[in-house]
Amino acid sequence: MTRIIDRRFDSKKKSAVNRQRFMRRFKQQIRRAVNDAIQDRSIRDLDNGEQITIPSKDLSEPQFQHGRGGIWEQVFSGNDQFASGDLINRPPSGGGGGRGQGKASNEGEGEDDFVFHLSREEFLDIFFDDLALPNLVRTQLARITDYKTQRAGFTSDGSPANINIVRSLRGALGRRLALGSPFSARLRELQKELDKVIEESGEDCEEALKLKDEIGRLRAKIEAIPFIDSFDLRYNNRIRVPKPTTQAVMFCVMDVSGSMDEEKKATAKRFFMLLYLFLTRTYEHIDVVFIRHHTVAKEVDEEEFFHSRESGGTVVSSALKLMHEVIAERYAHGTWNIYGAQASDGDNWDNDSPICRELLGSQILPWCQYFAYIEITPGEPQNLWREYEKLSGEHKNFALQRIEEPADIYPVFRELFKKNFV
Amino acid sequence: MKRATSKKVKQLPATSEWTFEAIDAYHTEIARVAANFDLDTYPAQIELITSEQMMDAYASVGMPVNYHHWSFGKHFLSTEKSYRRGQMGLAYEIVINSNPCIAYLMEENTLTMQALVIAHAAYGHNSFFKGNYLFRTWTNADAIIDYLVFARNYIAQCEERHGEEEVELLLDSCHALMNLGVDRYKRPPKLSLAKEKLRQEERTEYLQSQVNELWRTLPVHDARPGKVAAPRFPPEPEENLLYFVEKHAPLLEPWQREVVRIVRKVAQYFFPQRQTQVMNEGWACFWHYTLINKLYDEGLLADSFMLEFLQSHTNVVYQPSYNDRWYSGINPYALGFAMWQDIKRICEDPTEEDRAWFPDIAGSDWRETFDFAMKNFKDESFVAQYLSPKIMRDFRMFAILDAEHEAKLKVSAIHDETGYRRVREILSDQYNLGSREPNIQVWNVDLRGDRSLTLRHQQYRKRPLGGSIDEVMKHMARLWGFTVRLETQHEDGSVELVQETRLEKRRGQAEN
Repeated sequence: MTRIIDRRFDSKKKSAVNRQRFMRRFKQQIRRAVNDAIQDRSIRDLDNGEQITIPSKDLSEPQFQHGRGGIWEQVFSGNDQFASGDLINRPPSGGGGGRGQGKASNEGEGEDDFVFHLSREEFLDIFFDDLALPNLVRTQLARITDYKTQRAGFTSDGSPANINIVRSLRGALGRRLALGSPFSARLRELQKELDKVIEESGEDCEEALKLKDEIGRLRAKIEAIPFIDSFDLRYNNRIRVPKPTTQAVMFCVMDVSGSMDEEKKATAKRFFMLLYLFLTRTYEHIDVVFIRHHTVAKEVDEEEFFHSRESGGTVVSSALKLMHEVIAERYAHGTWNIYGAQASDGDNWDNDSPICRELLGSQILPWCQYFAYIEITPGEPQNLWREYEKLSGEHKNFALQRIEEPADIYPVFRELFKKNFV
Repeated sequence: MKRATSKKVKQLPATSEWTFEAIDAYHTEIARVAANFDLDTYPAQIELITSEQMMDAYASVGMPVNYHHWSFGKHFLSTEKSYRRGQMGLAYEIVINSNPCIAYLMEENTLTMQALVIAHAAYGHNSFFKGNYLFRTWTNADAIIDYLVFARNYIAQCEERHGEEEVELLLDSCHALMNLGVDRYKRPPKLSLAKEKLRQEERTEYLQSQVNELWRTLPVHDARPGKVAAPRFPPEPEENLLYFVEKHAPLLEPWQREVVRIVRKVAQYFFPQRQTQVMNEGWACFWHYTLINKLYDEGLLADSFMLEFLQSHTNVVYQPSYNDRWYSGINPYALGFAMWQDIKRICEDPTEEDRAWFPDIAGSDWRETFDFAMKNFKDESFVAQYLSPKIMRDFRMFAILDAEHEAKLKVSAIHDETGYRRVREILSDQYNLGSREPNIQVWNVDLRGDRSLTLRHQQYRKRPLGGSIDEVMKHMARLWGFTVRLETQHEDGSVELVQETRLEKRRGQAEN
């Protein structure tokens, strides 16, 4: 009559739909929280979820309630000192060991922030959302650069060099057996008959001669079946399959001269993060090299890259030179996919910009899978931009983009993906 | 002494890890003892679930199926958070008032806890659900799961047809008024999946025609220009706001009325639970205590089992004092358990005081008295009827009067000869939903004018309305489709307009 049911292996995540609803409903707040969170993250740290905090007044469910005030008469337990008719001072609101009105604790709780954990997917989704990426890009992050060939069975046509002898002859044998079997069967019958006839009436009777004649014809027919025919031929089949390249290096080059303020750096950081993320989808192992520069360039760690401040002039070529040196020293032996991302406000020392173009065009771009330059400036394009523009026609793996706010970052990536998908 | 006689009896397993066989063995024994006590229950269905599933169940107000809404997601997230951080243990069990009665046991519980939960939920709560008049009148255990399946499918359908956002807005509004969407005194009709489906289309069309009829004003004006006194509408104030919206809101689409109805039905289903917390939990605690002790007396339980059981039991029925850090009002488990134990004591072993206070039950058969009390009361009346002076002394109860216009709080009564009745009265009133929640009813609809709706709040002991009146009124206006007003009627009879919410875009919903 009673039942014990094990539900532990039933569908989990029953609340998933409700969770999605919740996320959609509070998208604005969650997005704001995600934006704040990005500021504090390392660009390599995109594989984790995030703790999200939302003020709970934003997501309250309204109800009619009794407010404070009026007359309340309540029973409490644990009387240790009171007698009927005693007058007591009001406890300070909120304290007093829960002796306030019953509602007090409810309201106190209401002011806490609502904290919950976003999964990695949800985090990235919102992160992408802000950058206005279309879904296509979000889902199709595969990128193929290298192929290898591998066997894939046999085909019936191909080049003679690929003929598979065993397979071909096996096929021919089968064909010969199949085509010859009616004749062989008849041959065996006749042979038996001949033996019988010879036994009964000797070798040279008419009957025997007739049979011999027929046997001879059958033998000829069987021999006429071709030993090997063109459709017996089988060729080894080889196909090209994409081979994921496993390692990449990403150069982050950023101008840290006085004119790059925190906001511009944050935008640049977004850009670097995004590039890094795309690379993680394609490569197993990624090195990141941070190069910052003002008048001199220096390879630094991430902390220093984003957070230390320098002032002074700007000589972009110093960074490019350093980048080239690093490539030559560490990443030049062909197994590395090299990506470059440069962020600057474009304010370069005038005479230096042509040098930059020259350096980039002749020494860096030939090594790179892709090099992206973003200029973070609200105003007119600067001299570096004008020089770089000349490059963009010549080199397919070079993209440049001007950015005023984070949403502008996306076109750079559209460029990147257009190239690889078509 | 009892232990000595039971040496022969084979003890039930006493490990802390549970197995299905062990649970089954315990369940069989508990069922046997419960039957000896004549506990009338629905058949029990015991389901083992993980902690995550328990949180799921929490989030959808304990029901195994429910429609989708963001607020359930929010509850899930907050439960998950506090559980992960260890701030909160999950309840050991959830029990569903359905036939068969489903009791969830959590995987993480020890065997002792599973046994306790079986006794508590599958026999205590279960028999209460089956016997108590509120549950018998207001809920239909046979049909609730089916109805929820219907509700979920219907709402999913609406989402497909009209968009998730649209349905969500409507549900938000309904949820805001959920507590005011119950019939407190009328008997609701039975729910049944088959009937619901059959009648639903019919009803939607009929409802729509009724609504249209209500708002047809033209011929009346032309035919009888002299008649002044327009009939009041509604003729009597209506306490069930959602019901009123469902039947009379002029602009709702048929599917919207159906959704309002679903929320209303769900609210109604949970209404008895809110009114019988002390009784119900106390009853369940009494029975797990009694049943397990009975098994122990029969020699079926190991001492280690019993110690763990007693520890859990004591934690559940602990009542902190008012000045304790952990105090958060009277613990319904503690009060309920103490009262049921006390009633049993009064029946079996009454003192002079008991005879004076409870002449009817002192010395009576406790099983019969229990049956009567369980079946015919709710918290409010149960306390008023059965709270004995002994309990008040044991709990050291005292009442505090907090009047806004007085500078100091006043101790209005304590657990002494002069105070018993007063304390009991006040405590009983604390469980009266009518005074716990503001009393707001549909007062008037301006049929011939701007179709505005007036809600009237009857003030109770000068308590003002709190909470987010603004927001709730917006929801009400969205449902009604026209201007909504909220008035407060003070105890001296004067009426004051609290809030007027205009809906700017008249056909806002229809157009969206």
